[in-house]
Amino acid sequence: MKSLLKILRDFPAYLWSGWGAIASIFLFISCWEMGSQIYGTFILPSPKETFSTLYILLHDANFLENLFITLKRAMIGFGISLLLGTALGLLAGFFVTASIVSRPIVTILMGMPPIAWIVLAMIWFGMGDATVQFTVIVASLPIIFLGALQGTRTLESKFEEMADIFKVPPMMKFFDIYLPHIFSYVFPAWVAALGMAWKIVIMAELLATSDGLGATLAMARSQLDTAAALAIVVAMVALLMFVEYILLEPIKREVEKWRD
Amino acid sequence: MARLKVDSLHFSFGYESILEDVSFEINKGEVISIVGPSGGGKTTLLRLCAELLDRQEGKIENTFKSQSVAFQDPRLLPWKNTIDNIAFGLKAIGVPAKERTHKAKEIALAFDLEKSDFTKFPKELSGGMSQRVSFARALVTKPELLFLDEPFSALDIGLKRELQDHVMKLIYKKEITILFITHDIMEAIRLSDKILLLAPDPGRIVKTFHFDVPQSIRDDEYVYSQTAKILGDREIIETFELEFK
Repeated sequence: MKSLLKILRDFPAYLWSGWGAIASIFLFISCWEMGSQIYGTFILPSPKETFSTLYILLHDANFLENLFITLKRAMIGFGISLLLGTALGLLAGFFVTASIVSRPIVTILMGMPPIAWIVLAMIWFGMGDATVQFTVIVASLPIIFLGALQGTRTLESKFEEMADIFKVPPMMKFFDIYLPHIFSYVFPAWVAALGMAWKIVIMAELLATSDGLGATLAMARSQLDTAAALAIVVAMVALLMFVEYILLEPIKREVEKWRD
Repeated sequence: MARLKVDSLHFSFGYESILEDVSFEINKGEVISIVGPSGGGKTTLLRLCAELLDRQEGKIENTFKSQSVAFQDPRLLPWKNTIDNIAFGLKAIGVPAKERTHKAKEIALAFDLEKSDFTKFPKELSGGMSQRVSFARALVTKPELLFLDEPFSALDIGLKRELQDHVMKLIYKKEITILFITHDIMEAIRLSDKILLLAPDPGRIVKTFHFDVPQSIRDDEYVYSQTAKILGDREIIETFELEFK
């Protein structure tokens, strides 16, 4: 609760520190404009055209519905990854054998390209929600699992020793010794996995469904509607940036400010 | 009367014997130092006494109601600020938040920490500052038994003296019992009633030195002369391998 208030109090200062980022985004947009003038609006629609297309899309009920379908799929997949990955990672971390056994398996899972998973999932689950959610889970779960595993494996016995001499009760030991350390590993893993989930959901939808943002993007491609495609990309990136930098980054700063 | 009694303690890691037949007793108000070369089993002995390791053979009886510790490295929790670190031991025994913050601030000032240090995290503190915080944390709970695991060895002489003085004040009043692990004979002589010499391979107590002069009237001269005397002792020379070859 105290941390939450602190995050809110520091929020304006955090936003104010974003001017540099905004300036570099504008620089990027101006390069984009230049590219559009060189190659023509069919290849690369100008930022103005893209943003006005986006404005129209955002007032289109059909588009919004697709957006929510995608959001829902990503959130269900990510939510399952978050719960399962954290729980399994912690469990594996507390047992040496489990962590030794699981690490290579996770490395294999992480090394497997998501596109391969989509193909397999399409064979297994057909076209639809299950394929998308499966791919999201399979791509983001290892990241979270590894974060939780790492956090538990790197717990330092020297703090535990100190706490034992002070005869710290088990609950306090968990909240004051284990949790802050583990959280500092798990939280960044959550953020990374969320980014991953968001990218994968679009890709899976593009190939395996007839609704959602990914499918809308596929439609734009088949109609050679470059402006709509770019507008969708802008919407996707903007949404991810909003979640990462406006919602999560301030929390991350607060929970990690004790770190070197 | 509260005491810590160690009786014919044996300990080994695998086939390697670390401690062999170690017996001693600390009564309330006493300061006992365990002196010996590095790697001689001193820290193992302390960990056994503090119940951090499981006993294998022998008995340990500890009737002190509260205990705390200061290590060579300060072991401050990196995610807690100065005050919360100091109050850690108080929180463990269930002191309410307001009271423990108050007590922690009080002792922090007594340990020459500045108000501006209160909200700093350990990463922002120097080594000396961290050790002050570590001592404040160890003493704020007013422990009956204090374990000191070479806490002075990485400090400059000024700070070493200053922290020793804080402990000394409690020793004068017989308010604290201390098991002090060190390889520095001079600091053992300054603080303790008894020094046990722990010879290595395997760790065993080969000699006990008694110091009957109260700590409050031990001056530098006393400490130096006793140090010189002890350094001439046959057992010390052999244990620390001091002879010229």
